[in-house]
Amino acid sequence: MQTDRPDTEKITLSAYLIILGFVILVLRLWQLQILQGSEMRKVSETNRLRVIGVPAPRGIIFDRNNIPLVRNTPYFCASVIPQEFNRADITDLARLLDVPETDLYDRVTRKAASPFTPVRIKEGLTFSEVSYIEARRSDFPGLLIEVETSREYRYGDIGAHLIGYLGKLNPRQSKDPSFKDVPPEAFIGQWGAEKLYDKSLRGTAGQRIIEVDAVGREIRLLYETVPVKGSDITLSMDIAVQKEAEDAFAGRAGAFVAIKPDTGEILGLVSSPSFDPNKFAKGISYDDWQTLMEDKKLPMLNRAIQSQYPPGSTFKIITAIAALEAGAIDTGTKFECKGGLNYGKWRFGCWQKKGHNVLSIHRALVESCDVFFYETGRRAGFDKVAEVARLFGLGTETGIPLGNEKKGLIPDSHWKLETKKTPWFLGETFINSIGQGYVLTTPIQLAVMMSAVANNGHIYQPTLLRDAPPALVRTLDISPDTFEIVKDALKGVVNEPGGTGHAAHSAMAAVGGKTGTAQVVGIRKDSKYLAERFRDHAWFVAFAPVEKPEIALSVFVEHGGHGGSAAAPIAKKAVEAYLLSADKKKELVNVQH
Amino acid sequence: MFNIDRRLIRNFDWITFSIIIVISLIGIMTIFSATRQPGDAPQASFYIKQIVWLLISICALIAIISFDYIWLGRIALVLYIAGIVLLVIVLISGRTGMGAQRWISIGFFSFQPSEFFKLIFIIMLANYFSLQRETLDTFALLRVFFMIVCIPFLLLFKQPDLGTAVVVLLIFISVSLARGLQKKLFVSLIIIGMVSLPFIGNILWTGLKDYQKNRLIAFIDPQADPMGIGYHINQSKIAIGSGELTGKGFLKGTQGPFRFLPEKHTDFIFAVYAEERGFVGSIFLLFLYFVLVLRGLDTARKAKDEFGRLLALGITFMFSIYFFVNVGMTLGIMPVVGIPLPFMSYGGTALLSNFISAGVLINIRTRRFSLFY
Repeated sequence: MQTDRPDTEKITLSAYLIILGFVILVLRLWQLQILQGSEMRKVSETNRLRVIGVPAPRGIIFDRNNIPLVRNTPYFCASVIPQEFNRADITDLARLLDVPETDLYDRVTRKAASPFTPVRIKEGLTFSEVSYIEARRSDFPGLLIEVETSREYRYGDIGAHLIGYLGKLNPRQSKDPSFKDVPPEAFIGQWGAEKLYDKSLRGTAGQRIIEVDAVGREIRLLYETVPVKGSDITLSMDIAVQKEAEDAFAGRAGAFVAIKPDTGEILGLVSSPSFDPNKFAKGISYDDWQTLMEDKKLPMLNRAIQSQYPPGSTFKIITAIAALEAGAIDTGTKFECKGGLNYGKWRFGCWQKKGHNVLSIHRALVESCDVFFYETGRRAGFDKVAEVARLFGLGTETGIPLGNEKKGLIPDSHWKLETKKTPWFLGETFINSIGQGYVLTTPIQLAVMMSAVANNGHIYQPTLLRDAPPALVRTLDISPDTFEIVKDALKGVVNEPGGTGHAAHSAMAAVGGKTGTAQVVGIRKDSKYLAERFRDHAWFVAFAPVEKPEIALSVFVEHGGHGGSAAAPIAKKAVEAYLLSADKKKELVNVQH
Repeated sequence: MFNIDRRLIRNFDWITFSIIIVISLIGIMTIFSATRQPGDAPQASFYIKQIVWLLISICALIAIISFDYIWLGRIALVLYIAGIVLLVIVLISGRTGMGAQRWISIGFFSFQPSEFFKLIFIIMLANYFSLQRETLDTFALLRVFFMIVCIPFLLLFKQPDLGTAVVVLLIFISVSLARGLQKKLFVSLIIIGMVSLPFIGNILWTGLKDYQKNRLIAFIDPQADPMGIGYHINQSKIAIGSGELTGKGFLKGTQGPFRFLPEKHTDFIFAVYAEERGFVGSIFLLFLYFVLVLRGLDTARKAKDEFGRLLALGITFMFSIYFFVNVGMTLGIMPVVGIPLPFMSYGGTALLSNFISAGVLINIRTRRFSLFY
């Protein structure tokens, strides 16, 4: 049978070829499984595991009457799944959503964790946009609408500087390790109480680790941690006081701070004009941000703690206390005001050009006689006045836990020698004793000062939470008699004939206060005909009820003119709002939503 | 015809038989793992069906061994004509599966005629070549090509079953080379082939379906579109690579059950296996195929006649082509051609036809001594 010898040579050649083939496969297996093995293992794991953050509901912020100031409301976002989205649709989709085409293109093509993870393309859709998109969704495969929660500030710009707002992580925060748990798209507190108490308000985000298949469908839940809602906080702020004070500014620039004298709690803090934190809640638009930044009235500046002005006649409280304590004057000490005081070749005028005649400390405060306090300051010496001013917290930060607080300035002879290289002149004692010249204070400092007068010498660090323990900074060694004299005089300012603070008079409680007018330019003119920017700044500090003070405050109206006419009415409204019953307060601030 | 004597049993090729049984059992375990639903019980149907098919296949193998393979040569033409008819029937009335017509339903069960046709083709080719005494010249080769190769190739290409069509062509080339060509013819064929490659390539390319074109593009550059056409190759490489040295362990693989791998229990079964068993397990499996193939070549060398020699070579080449193309594909060094891994992949017809083919190999080896006949 075997006429042909089997061609073993060719079979052997085939065997070599096959051996070669096996060697190639083994080498390839070595390359994939041994050399690239661990890398491939990682890829295979991320392939099927997907970590989805479940945001925790943010804690609610209440005012001291337990009225909620914020609300978490759902809002709608449009997203696309890149894998399913047809890039040819970008032009049409951009038109539908009214977003720039290039911006949309960037978002859709950005490298994402997985082509199955939705990419956010527009946030905060209106209801009509949502229904329009839903109706046309079949035209855009991969387009979906997601529901997110946003922060709604029920009172808009009322209390915005105190409550604050939310924003996405800024570049510096993204690098900060303390924010490493915050997902990149999440909103965190960026201002005010939202920022200050962000950690407890934020809560703990939950996590869902799911197994997915190749098309990103959820197969099984592997692990889940339930989000823990952020803690609610109760501010010391009284929304009724806040609203009444803020409304009373009626758009004028200025600031208002109200403090509870026996604890240091902030009852209200206004910086006018304010801003609407709701604009930040869904990510502020570029235009809105530009408008805020370019506004000449600086709505983003917290005037209550960041602007410093001469305190004007409100500083006479300090001068009076210093002189009484130093024994430079007593209740019987009388000076005559002839409408001014001559010193060398200079004349230091009283605001009342016709003069106040002879008066003692009580009427001098009531009528705010400048000449009386020139003389008082001269007798006590301004270094003594400055010492007392510093004891009341002027010239240093009050320590309110809001950022970038300004220190103000309390000058003395030592300071002048150091910074101006010249000795202190008596003329400087005169003008600084009535709160002009070098003296600079912030509205919050004057509120703390007023509070310390009201509570007979206790300086508290201002706090923002209702239930926080009072933070006593120091107790002043000043006699109760001195406080009685001054408080009685301040009551007179509002209630006695000839008092400068009549506009703060209230039928609800006895108000004590002091007006102040900070000069903008040296030349005195009738403010009525003066351009607004040359008009004086108006101050008013007050406390009420005089017998048992529950609220101490300072009001500042930029270019407002006289303290008595511009600032005192605001103080009255705030005091009366504070004294309302809880039900009346709710009624007052009831916002329809 | 059924003269089973003791010497036949003594000469039985236990090595080939054991290897295909072991590979088939590994295959069933891998199918079990690949088709399980995450979080659920495995899908019973796949691995149970494969077990049933394995039992049927073993019976068929025994039946094939029971008669001398020389009979196969005698009925070669009848088998060939029957095979062609079946391919035509598939084209006309076949059931469509995976975008191609490959199946014929007979009552409750459907099968792929092309699976059996490969063996028939090898028998026909071996029979024809063994009758030609002289070295093949140009004329003889062209005659073989047009008489035996051309018609089935076109029918398979039309189905379209690109994998089988290419395998048939490769078997023809390799068996022809093993049979021996005139040196002049060999050289001129290479030159003609190289010159005409662009034309043939172009014709083939336009004849391809889109998914076939995509597979070729993906093979050349898998990273071109990792979520699109390169997806299968990438996922397969990830599956295999993530097995590392010792594998993730049985039923611990994730690429298959989570649908990252396409055709996980058929064409990409090796990837599922390599993911769970790692480099060590993969080398073991390669070793089994290595022994199977070398054993087949040895059978060819020891065959008692030219028909047996060419038949054994053809079957061994067929196994080798399937093996290298399939494993090469999962490893990303071969284009994605939809052909299964012999004895491993899920598929009853393929398992049966592979067992019958292996049975023919065992038959040739068992009857290598002509004096018993």
